[in-house]
Amino acid sequence: METLERILAEHPFFAGLESYYTGLLVGCGANVRFQPGSYIFKEGEEANEFYLIRSGRVALEIFAPQHKPIVVETLEEGDILGWSWLLPPYLWKFHAHAMQDTRAIALDGKCLRTKCEQNHDLGYEVLKRFAQIMERRLEAARLQLLDVYAVR
Amino acid sequence: MATAVMTDPMLPQPYLVREVSKETPDTFTLKLAPEDGGSSSAFQPGQFSMLWVFGVGELPISISGDPAKHEQLVYTVRSVGQATNAFVSQSVGTGVGVRGPFGAGWPVEAARGHDVIVVAGGIGLAPLRPVIYEVLHHRQDYGRLVVLYGARSPRDLLYRKELAAWARHRDTQVLVTVDYGGMSWRGHVGVVTTLFKYARLKPANSVAMVCGPEIMMRFVTRELVSHGMSHNDVYLSMERNMKCAVGFCGHCQYGPHFICKDGPVFPYEQMRPLLDKYEL
Amino acid sequence: MVEEVHAVFAAGELARLIEVLVRRGYAVVGPTVRDGAIVYDKLESVRDLPAGWTDEQAAGYYRLKRREDEALFGYVVGPQSWKKYLHPAEVRLWSAERLRGEGLPGERQGGTFRILNNETKPQAPQAFLGVRACELAAIAVQDRVLLEDKYRDAVYGGRRAGAFLIAVECTQSAATCFCASMGTGPAVGKGPDLVLTELFGAGGHRFLARAGSERGAEVLAEIETSPAQDADTQAAEAGVKQAAAQQVRSIDNNGIKELLYQNFDHPRWDHVAARCLTCANCTMVCPTCFCTTVEDVSDVTGDHAERWRRWDSCFTQNFSYIHGGSVRTSTKARYRQWMTHKLASWIDQFGSSGCVGCGRCITWCPVGIDITEEVRALRDGGGHGNS
Repeated sequence: METLERILAEHPFFAGLESYYTGLLVGCGANVRFQPGSYIFKEGEEANEFYLIRSGRVALEIFAPQHKPIVVETLEEGDILGWSWLLPPYLWKFHAHAMQDTRAIALDGKCLRTKCEQNHDLGYEVLKRFAQIMERRLEAARLQLLDVYAVR
Repeated sequence: MATAVMTDPMLPQPYLVREVSKETPDTFTLKLAPEDGGSSSAFQPGQFSMLWVFGVGELPISISGDPAKHEQLVYTVRSVGQATNAFVSQSVGTGVGVRGPFGAGWPVEAARGHDVIVVAGGIGLAPLRPVIYEVLHHRQDYGRLVVLYGARSPRDLLYRKELAAWARHRDTQVLVTVDYGGMSWRGHVGVVTTLFKYARLKPANSVAMVCGPEIMMRFVTRELVSHGMSHNDVYLSMERNMKCAVGFCGHCQYGPHFICKDGPVFPYEQMRPLLDKYEL
Repeated sequence: MVEEVHAVFAAGELARLIEVLVRRGYAVVGPTVRDGAIVYDKLESVRDLPAGWTDEQAAGYYRLKRREDEALFGYVVGPQSWKKYLHPAEVRLWSAERLRGEGLPGERQGGTFRILNNETKPQAPQAFLGVRACELAAIAVQDRVLLEDKYRDAVYGGRRAGAFLIAVECTQSAATCFCASMGTGPAVGKGPDLVLTELFGAGGHRFLARAGSERGAEVLAEIETSPAQDADTQAAEAGVKQAAAQQVRSIDNNGIKELLYQNFDHPRWDHVAARCLTCANCTMVCPTCFCTTVEDVSDVTGDHAERWRRWDSCFTQNFSYIHGGSVRTSTKARYRQWMTHKLASWIDQFGSSGCVGCGRCITWCPVGIDITEEVRALRDGGGHGNS
């Protein structure tokens, strides 16, 4: 049975992070599981944690008045879910909807946030990693916008 | 019976439409066979034909059927204009002129002994389907097969039943995504580059074949290279205006290459200096 | 094996030469004056030749002027080249007849067709009288493209096989000529059936002649000739040397491929784009440009269709059209494509330059764009490839 510590240490997101900090995160981490159809978080709620998805599929959705929520992206095994805990106003911007039986490690973002304010070296390491995730998501979102398969 | 022999490459051979099926609201698959009852010409995966609709014009269309079963030639065509619309609107029994097959195809021979990564965007799955057939027919000659396929929306997905069937083969991973999920899609949503992190790749021993809109191919290639693939192991299928398909009309030139006879399949190494040149 | 033996015949014998060719079944085509230019057309007799005419050329400028003598080939090159005959501007490739399917008469759905391989061909093989060295080089360039690559163009091949070539050496150059720097002239090399050099002076108005093939020798044997004297061959050599010395333009071909490939974003392209009208004149007059398009036409009943092949030009807006739009929409992109293909890509594609230095593109450009000047500008602007 793999320990949380080993899972985190092996994940590319945490690579290069001092073991003290990884230990810190493990201390604030827990295995969680979401039933298919349940919501991990909803738009507007306070954002206090982030998730490392270990299996299953999560849809990021936008709520629209006239019809069912629209899926803008799906995340699966190995993806990091959620960065709104890191930057003000610390509120979720999308729904996170588990489409399948989803297992994840939930990490205490609120606690980590406080530590980053106190220790800027840690803050820089964390922000660097999330900046990379955001950059890849932005690139993918822009490609989606291009609508390359449409007939001009 | 006599086979359709390619004599003068500018002269269409008479074929008949034998079957028409609808893949998506604007995309159809037509199966053609020679009018004289013979067998169609053999072809390499990645090659294309020039299809002539009486009095309307000619279309360069990749052959998307099984190279081992070439009694009929299979074409999947998207209706985007007058000529393509005329082609897909034909009924069974109509005559179609066929020239070809033309072009340099996918490196299915060179890929033997390697893992094969097929990345398709939209209608780009059609020219790659013969590769998948080839690999599955000679399964033991190849390593793992990874198929990454992205389309605009769920209703634009081609060959859905086959995608599911392919996934059931041993050592074969099929990942499908759409740009826009719609209301009832429970699968992956996101551009095709987002599938890479879920694919089990061994870049050092793989050959990748990519086909789709040029923007998509540029981003996919970048992704493959960032995963450690060599520029000579990634292949693209390029497209330009084509009138003759035999290197004489000059229209399909891309830099020094004639896409009709030097391509349409090229190793990325040859395309790298050209892809980011605006209006080349 | 044909010996390089020089003979001489009086200018008046040229008429007999034409008759011999006609008797052998050739349709003789050559230069004639029409619409203020020297163009190629069917020659009924020697009288159709542009006797006493010469051409004055400059960038965007062409005028015919009277000579002081009655030279029959005293001009340089006109707007047309022999591709007019070998790679014609318009040719029907084949036609098709629809066989009605079942259903009401006139119903367009269904039905099959028959293809008739009825390419429009010339009635008789042609003899080209007055082929310049640059034009011979251009024919060789087109031979490489259309006959010696992956596929063989049957239209060109049929016309080329039958063509009898009579070269006439240049003893003068126009201001727009630069064949010497391209290595394609003014001296005529191997290839033509007959090579003539028109001479005046002590020996009278005459032609120095040598056969380049068996059939060339046979034709020469049927007219009245005498062995050439040293004075004749020396006069011919001097004339050709004079033509080379007169050339004021040139292209430095050292590293030209790299120069063009590596200067895709050179500001000079904007400079030429501001002048170029994309009128396509250059591609029409260029003896090596080979691009074509196909056109499918049918009659009003829809039962009869034809496929025609026509000259096309990379300067047109639609040349690079694929669904969604054209790739080369700007004038800059189209001029750059033409020049890069002609001087650089051609080398990678076919092993030689596509340019033979005839200067027609300079003469017939309405705004006088000079390809030799454009090359110089790319080099001088700090471009690469000057090794």
